Amino acid sequence: MSIARSAVRRTLSVVAAAALIGTLAACSSGTGGGGSDAGGSASDLDAALEKGGKLTYWSWTPSAEAQVAAFEDAYPNVDVELVNAGTNTEEYTKLQNAIKAGSGAPDVVQIEYYAIPQFALSDSLVDLGAYGLGDLEDQYSASTWGAVNVGGKLVGLPQDSGPMALFYNKTVFDQYGIAVPATWDEYVQAAKDLHAADPSKYITADTGDSGFATSMIWQAGGRPFEADGTNVTIDLADEGTQKWTGVWNQLVEGDLLSSTPGWSDEWYKGLGDGSIATLVIGAWMPGVLESSVPDAAGDWRVAPMPTYDGTPVAAENGGGGQSVTKQSENPALAAAFLRWLNSDPASIEVFLSSGGFPATTADLNDPDFVNLESEYFGGQKINEVLTQASKDVSSGWSYLPYQVYANSIFGDTVGQAYANGTDLNDGLATWQDQLVDYGNEQGFSVNK
Amino acid sequence: MSTLTEVMTTTDAAGGRGASGTRSRRRGAYRPKYSSPLRPRKSVAFTLLMGIFVIYSLVPLVWLLINATKTQAGLFSSFGLWFDDDFVLFQNIWETLTYKDGIFLRWFGNTLLYVVVGAGGATLLATLAGYGLAKFRFTGRKAVFAVVLGAIAVPGTALAVPTFLMFSQLGLTNTPWAIIIPSLISPFGLYLIWVYAVDSVPTELLEAARMDGAGEFRTFFTISIRLLAPGIVTVLLFTVVATWNNYFLPLIMLSDPTWYPLTVGLNQWSAQATGVAAQPIYNLVITGSLLTIVPIVVAFLGLQRFWQSGLSAGSVKQ
Amino acid sequence: MTTTSTPAATGRPASTAASSPKSPARGIRRPRQRSEWKGLAFVAPFLVVFLLVFIAPVVYSIYLSLYREQLVGGNAFVGFENYLALFGDAQFWEGFGRVTLFLLVQVPVMLGLALVAALAIDSARLHATGFFRIAIFLPYAVPAVVAVLMWGFIYGDNFGLAANINDWLGSTIITPFAREWILVSIGNIVTWEFVGYNMLIFYSALKVIPTDLYEAAELDGAGPMRVVTGIKLPALRGAIVIATIFSIIGSFQLFNEPNILRTLAPNIITTYFTPNMYAYNLSFAGQQYNASATVAIVMGVFTAVIAYVVQLRGSRKEER
Repeated sequence: MSIARSAVRRTLSVVAAAALIGTLAACSSGTGGGGSDAGGSASDLDAALEKGGKLTYWSWTPSAEAQVAAFEDAYPNVDVELVNAGTNTEEYTKLQNAIKAGSGAPDVVQIEYYAIPQFALSDSLVDLGAYGLGDLEDQYSASTWGAVNVGGKLVGLPQDSGPMALFYNKTVFDQYGIAVPATWDEYVQAAKDLHAADPSKYITADTGDSGFATSMIWQAGGRPFEADGTNVTIDLADEGTQKWTGVWNQLVEGDLLSSTPGWSDEWYKGLGDGSIATLVIGAWMPGVLESSVPDAAGDWRVAPMPTYDGTPVAAENGGGGQSVTKQSENPALAAAFLRWLNSDPASIEVFLSSGGFPATTADLNDPDFVNLESEYFGGQKINEVLTQASKDVSSGWSYLPYQVYANSIFGDTVGQAYANGTDLNDGLATWQDQLVDYGNEQGFSVNK
Repeated sequence: MSTLTEVMTTTDAAGGRGASGTRSRRRGAYRPKYSSPLRPRKSVAFTLLMGIFVIYSLVPLVWLLINATKTQAGLFSSFGLWFDDDFVLFQNIWETLTYKDGIFLRWFGNTLLYVVVGAGGATLLATLAGYGLAKFRFTGRKAVFAVVLGAIAVPGTALAVPTFLMFSQLGLTNTPWAIIIPSLISPFGLYLIWVYAVDSVPTELLEAARMDGAGEFRTFFTISIRLLAPGIVTVLLFTVVATWNNYFLPLIMLSDPTWYPLTVGLNQWSAQATGVAAQPIYNLVITGSLLTIVPIVVAFLGLQRFWQSGLSAGSVKQ
Repeated sequence: MTTTSTPAATGRPASTAASSPKSPARGIRRPRQRSEWKGLAFVAPFLVVFLLVFIAPVVYSIYLSLYREQLVGGNAFVGFENYLALFGDAQFWEGFGRVTLFLLVQVPVMLGLALVAALAIDSARLHATGFFRIAIFLPYAVPAVVAVLMWGFIYGDNFGLAANINDWLGSTIITPFAREWILVSIGNIVTWEFVGYNMLIFYSALKVIPTDLYEAAELDGAGPMRVVTGIKLPALRGAIVIATIFSIIGSFQLFNEPNILRTLAPNIITTYFTPNMYAYNLSFAGQQYNASATVAIVMGVFTAVIAYVVQLRGSRKEER
């Protein structure tokens, strides 16, 4: 009884104190970050590693655990706490909340390329240039390096890349006598032929995926988003975009796409049984296929992404890097860890062995890597195709400084065209309108 | 809202108090009395009709049970409501329990912690407050329930950000407290105990205790709490279910999986089938879901007699 | 604290009906000065936590709803501008219309089924009553996340049970994720989750009907249907009103089910599918915390008003 009573009293006092602070806290909205500002040089990083300390690292990459372990072996003074705070948008939500709250963000955080501008804009990421990490430029492919440089600041280091390629199910193609398409026109024809031959089979599954759509526009030469500080330009009807919709509309309006949502259990099933015959997707896909669609071993091959006019050109799809947050109490140490994570051969080896596709040019050009014969892909040297794609990525692409939001409403807008089997251009126009409105509401000056 | 309060309390305070209290505890004594005048026959047709209802309720659970016996590949290649050739239930269970160094067990432990402290605390607070409202007169007493009801009409999802920011200022986010403190509030529990205490704890008894010089809290913990027991059991049942199933708040409040409850953890497993470096483990998600509901179902079945008597006694008393 | 778990957390005020209203106030016979602070002492722990986790966020939301913070350009007081913007927001009204439709269809169906089940179990005409009671109640124990996951698999029209049935029928008639069916599919999940719970509310109210009423009915020669309409249904009125009110709150706060189902029907379930999802996405995807808070407050007021009206109607009937 007395225990209960004292428990009550304890609860009371805790709760009363909490309520008091809570009321106070409620009145002030937390913005900006705690911690210290960046400042220092490359030698600071070595000193920080020597001195050691504790870091928190948010990542959902499967290789993160082994990488952290290897790092702690190499630098026993540093203690890295790895937290899987959720996969992509879930993590960004938590990061956003922590930034808004002014505390709770990790020292180092995984962010995909498309989301980096958004966090850079809110001034939440440390400029790694101050630690001399700008010298690493030569180590990374041009497109990934471009993605971590926002507004003249180096806000992260690339970890992986996703140059796009055509993954196709050779067994299905052979069965129906379909040739590997080299152009998008051939791809559309293949879609028609395949679906006509077996109505249960589709050339690919696409229910409207913002990452895929933007990558396809990228490849077609569209540059719908431009951002210079808070001046934003959005043009989702530019020539490149229309080139893509010209092709893809034929599939959408012709009912030639499987309606299976990407990454669902049914989607994996479709990849395994041949009902989804191709994927145009980033170079990180082989690892996913091998581990998650084991039954289809030997069926799949990789070919260059189809083009519009025969000139090889590719785009990036997915991929990302890591950044140091401004809330970090020890940004030098965090930057040092990041440097090791994304440039030390020991770390990259761990990353590659987990099925990742590198952003580092040394690995992209490494003969051992390029000539690796993949058993899953019937002995094909898939990295020949994929590394070439990496070189063919067209330049000059940028994402919106609010791309995470933009992607979240893709289904509301462009997705409706997918669902109704109508003109994608209409959907893109709606998307554009909402993005312009949002940007203006948020204080950007947006041009169409 | 105040009228609402009144009606709710009125309606519930009404009804068969008194004599039926003992009856409900021995349902046998009550049922024959009812069936003797009308003497309804057991109807097979009627039972079968209700059977459809039961099938509706149980099919998804059966589906879960069957699919927990399949491999990741088998999930897709076999008929949903029948077993695959491979029966790997035990292997799935083993994998679920050992995946990522047994994080599932950790989540299980967290859930237990939240249930014991959260639901237990909620029941305690609701009992104290409901009793206080029923047995003491003080200023603002009537406003309490109206305010409580009004506040739950505001969608909690939309309050997540303000709550998060406040908890963050308090340093509570990413700690078990961020889950436990909000689950300490059970408006329904408060309400139930309130209407229950009015009749089940005789004011005369309290007066007598006061005459003897016993303190109010002493009286409460020695006498009143026993009289309130059936109501408390009922409140506990519902707060346990609510806490066990709590999903949204932990999702917002926690970034570190080591503090996740089962619901959020399972959703994370489900989400990791997506994107770069995807690792679908749907078989573990399904097995994990099964393991998540097994304890609470067992608790339901095991305590069935206990809480059902609590429920009906509660109703009687109201 | 969200969605339909609200009726769960709050619902069951069981009971009963009718006759001799007796408010808790009458339980207190001898008010005393010194019980003033003692009563408060009992209520205080609850109130303090309640203040922290309910009132403070509501107050904070009201504050937020009067401001507008931009990603670029900072924070400014805007008065009722957010409210005006919301009232002209087609996306908000679309979601609002959808949950209203949901409420008008799903709540009566669910409560109707619950009522039938409760009456059937109470009728003593069933074999294995205990089994029925627990079997129908069991889904309530399943977390919403797991429930949606299960139904999501079952609904799958490529490989799920829906596909199996389609194969068997040789058609594609069952498409739970199609635009015209999605609300039905969600309604089915919610019904499945909560029908047993409401059934139990009604059942426990039925169990306390005094037996003399039945005896009197028998003397009057009333048949079973007459007993249902003449005794049981009137006795359930209070329970029905309460269950309706909490179901309304749950419908207006619909979130978990559509939100989790969204990965399976991404284009059909929009980010503003329900007002609660809209509020969630405004703040978590768009960082429009002010607009989100405005949705919360407006929905709170709507919900309270409608619950109040239902309660008024319910009590009026009762007086009759």
